Amino acid sequence: MALEMTTDTDREMNVSLRPPAAVSAEGETLKMRGRDVKVFYADKQALHGVDLDIRKNQVTALIGPSGCGKSTFLRCLNRMNDTIDICRVEGDILLDNDDIYDPRIDVVELRARVGMVFQKPNPFPKSIFENVAYGARIHGLAQNKAELEEIVARALQRAGLFEEVKDRLDEPGTGLSGGQQQRLCIARAIAVSPEVILMDEPCSALDPIATAKVEELIDELRQNYTIVIVTHSMQQAARVSQRTAFFHLGKLVEEGLTNDIFTNPKDQRTQDYITGRFG
Amino acid sequence: MFWTYAALLLLVFVAASFYGRHRAQQVAVKELVALHSRPGYHGGYLAILATLPAFVLLVAWAIVEPRLLDTMVISANAEVVEGLSKPELQAFLRDARAIAFGGIVAFADAGKEQAAVLFSSLAATSLYLKTALIVMLVAGGLRYGYRSIRPTMRARHFVERTVMGLLILCSAVAIFTTIGIVLSLLFESLMFFRKIPVLDFVFGLHWSPQSAFEGAGAELGETNTKIFGAIPLLVGTMLITTIAIIVAAPIGLLSAIYLSDYASGPVRAIVKPVLEILAGIPTVVYGFFAALTVAPFIRGWGESIGLSVSSESALAAGLVMGIMIIPFVSSLSDDVINAVPQSLRDGSAGLGATKSETIRHVVLPAALPGIVSALILAISRAIGETMIVVMAAGLAAKMTVNPLEAVTTVTVQIVTLLVGDQEFDSAKTLAAFALGLLLFCITLALNIFALRVVKKYREQYD
Repeated sequence: MALEMTTDTDREMNVSLRPPAAVSAEGETLKMRGRDVKVFYADKQALHGVDLDIRKNQVTALIGPSGCGKSTFLRCLNRMNDTIDICRVEGDILLDNDDIYDPRIDVVELRARVGMVFQKPNPFPKSIFENVAYGARIHGLAQNKAELEEIVARALQRAGLFEEVKDRLDEPGTGLSGGQQQRLCIARAIAVSPEVILMDEPCSALDPIATAKVEELIDELRQNYTIVIVTHSMQQAARVSQRTAFFHLGKLVEEGLTNDIFTNPKDQRTQDYITGRFG
Repeated sequence: MFWTYAALLLLVFVAASFYGRHRAQQVAVKELVALHSRPGYHGGYLAILATLPAFVLLVAWAIVEPRLLDTMVISANAEVVEGLSKPELQAFLRDARAIAFGGIVAFADAGKEQAAVLFSSLAATSLYLKTALIVMLVAGGLRYGYRSIRPTMRARHFVERTVMGLLILCSAVAIFTTIGIVLSLLFESLMFFRKIPVLDFVFGLHWSPQSAFEGAGAELGETNTKIFGAIPLLVGTMLITTIAIIVAAPIGLLSAIYLSDYASGPVRAIVKPVLEILAGIPTVVYGFFAALTVAPFIRGWGESIGLSVSSESALAAGLVMGIMIIPFVSSLSDDVINAVPQSLRDGSAGLGATKSETIRHVVLPAALPGIVSALILAISRAIGETMIVVMAAGLAAKMTVNPLEAVTTVTVQIVTLLVGDQEFDSAKTLAAFALGLLLFCITLALNIFALRVVKKYREQYD
């Protein structure tokens, strides 16, 4: 009798415990999992059932021709598509083991865990300090001014911007150069301590030197964060990512180690795209 | 007569543009070369050459002719008009014209008949001369233009420069009108300040110009300089404007935020035009709404809690004026808030900010310059508003900041000063111009301030 009760309690405890994180065949932890993701803009279907796993502490690059749905998929990962009225998402996307489209999930909390950096640098019309402090403030991450200053300094350091701006934190963020603005946006995202950072063509508005700095930064950030990056530059995908997913016409054509995708693609369409035959 | 000629010139314009176009094509075909300008520009070139000088002449003639005729008639009848006063001379000319060209004649005499004969003969000559000159100008322009049409001719440059001249002329009209109004205000005000010291006017605390000639401590025939103090009017204006802004700023701004960031498409499509209808209601209607509905309501409400409220109160006028300027604030702010790039909203949402956090911390600061200029525009509108105040706030120039009492404003006093029979050079009438100048200076200062605010915060995004 007593024994049975113990087993019952054990079972209950097991249920209430978080299930172990999902792992890939190679034993790598899967941070996010998309299952049969379909997206519709009004009547037009933009994604036709995509299954894609995002591995923890790796950079996953999404490549493909314009209009292939890679940005749409990226924006599903932190529900940025919610801001578009006519957009409808079907299928499951899991962050660890939580379905992010579950009505019980608070989208604000989700976006604090899954941060985003946009194509065009979009610093707020505030000072550099306030730009970075913004997220920490709204989530109440700092108890006092000293803590806030520390969070800002750490985020700027991680974004490799601290040395350049430490003497002018009060100046407007919009006064920085394009590359600095984009690193400021990355610092802003880091300051919230997200688990995943989504980057939508983060270098498309930058010159080659600024691009090199951001790419270097992405490689460093991988140690602490899981990163998903959409890019039009195949060289960039090859340089920064460990895994690459090729999208075409709203479908995921092929996903694998970046090296394999670029040297030994399995699908003819991937072959054509990476050799520049279309797109 | 003027319009007949203008219409004829318009016909010539249309015909010449087709003709020039045709000619250009003809020339191009004959000489087998490409035209520098499209044929349409050659048409415009010919039309402008043919009609513009003639039109300028026509306008100049219409302005100069009557005066020239008057002068000639007066000098020809020097012995008749000798010794007439200015109004008598004008009556003489008016009657002579009426006899000559038809119209109502006060009474005729030999002198006027004689002048009338001269008037008709001069007018006939003038008409012949004008017609001949216009025909010559049109013919000359057509001939010169027709001959100069050749493929290398830069007709496009000519037409575009003429159009630019037209545009400059139009903007100059607005500028010169403004300058003219300011100058006339300035000169009349100077006359006023010759009678009343500037300091007594700007810093005086007592306003009762209606008693200017009833003695009131002044010598007979002189003006009491102590009753033209503008401060009570300014206080009244500021009081009512402040109440109006306190009503309009929050309501207008919050409804703009609702419309731009919360309302769904269909709701917005209905609510925005409805809000803008408020701006289309005549201010007179607001005025009697204030006087007949709001003021008695405030009075009744005040009395029920034991306050003494005058039946015409600053509060009633201010409240209704606030409602009147809501659409200015909301519509302009809505446009400004919509102009804040979506990328800023996305950036904020991507950090996990809620909608209200995004609006408070990102959208509103970015839209601030535009919102400030919307508010300033609304304030200017409130300061200049007259009808509501006349009807609902009264005429008593009381120095008070109590919104429950009757006050008066600068604009209302300008109206009352200029209504009724007045000597036009009395201090009382001239005071209206001085008040106008004061009002102009205040709104100008407000506008400059708004421009500076906008400039300071502009280019913070994008």
